[in-house]
Amino acid sequence: MNTCAQTLMPSLPVQAPAPAAAVRHLPGDLAIWVFIFAELLVFGVFFITYAFARSNNVELFNAEQLALDRTSGAVNTVLLLTSSFLVVRAVQFAQAGESRRAAPWLAGAFACGGGFVVVKLFEYAEKIAAGVSLSSSTFHMFYLSLTFFHFMHVILGMVILVAMWNGARNGRYGPDNMNGIETGAAYWHMVDLVWLILFPLIYVMR
Amino acid sequence: MQSSLSSPRASSHGTPRRAAIIWAILIAATMLTWTIGEGGKAGPVVTALLFAIAFGKGSLIILDYMALRRAPLMWPMLALGWMTLVCSLIGLAYWKGLAT
Repeated sequence: MNTCAQTLMPSLPVQAPAPAAAVRHLPGDLAIWVFIFAELLVFGVFFITYAFARSNNVELFNAEQLALDRTSGAVNTVLLLTSSFLVVRAVQFAQAGESRRAAPWLAGAFACGGGFVVVKLFEYAEKIAAGVSLSSSTFHMFYLSLTFFHFMHVILGMVILVAMWNGARNGRYGPDNMNGIETGAAYWHMVDLVWLILFPLIYVMR
Repeated sequence: MQSSLSSPRASSHGTPRRAAIIWAILIAATMLTWTIGEGGKAGPVVTALLFAIAFGKGSLIILDYMALRRAPLMWPMLALGWMTLVCSLIGLAYWKGLAT
């Protein structure tokens, strides 16, 4: 039988392995990606609901949006983007087999997350002092609930960053053990990604 | 000799230089969005620009920082599809608001 096959296909080439760069690989754990897409779906529904609620009351939304602090929103965007960059650098160090050198980058990312929390708390304090609450108006109900929902994700992301930092400090990550750091990084980037739509939608779009 | 940086997994996270350039682009785009907001700019063209910027920024995060550029195609397509759908429906809602 083998001889027959060899006779029929005498010059069939042995398939060479795919070049390294061509191998497609989903970073991190599959479960985190399922979780990330579930989160994106929820945030997406909130964003679209906000946009259609606004379409029914454009003047109110535009008037109340003017009172938001766009500068603190932009500062928070910069903080999240910078923390995402620092996480990418940490992952690159882990990939290069330099797990311990990844730790300070993760600490920097955590500090940026902390900066986001502080700016957001000042923003909330200012709003609460001005008498804003969930029941003030439809706009404020959306503003507070959407930004607070995102805020809770930042807090969870910071807890994950601490776990990643601890792993990096103990030399846990390397080219053969990237799952943990890639999984945490994917979650943190999702928190950033969602904010990139939330900021123009709630703070700027008029 | 095969270093760790030539493994398939190493290639998926890009280079430090690329990550830094992308960070600079993302920050510049954020400054543009902030400038539009502070300038009190409004209207359909401005809104289209705002979400084009957001889409561009999101695509860089998805493809480069999340490293989905080298993931099986379904994953970047799903993430970019989410961005497209959300930005399009926000645009539709904005247009509806103009009409009412």
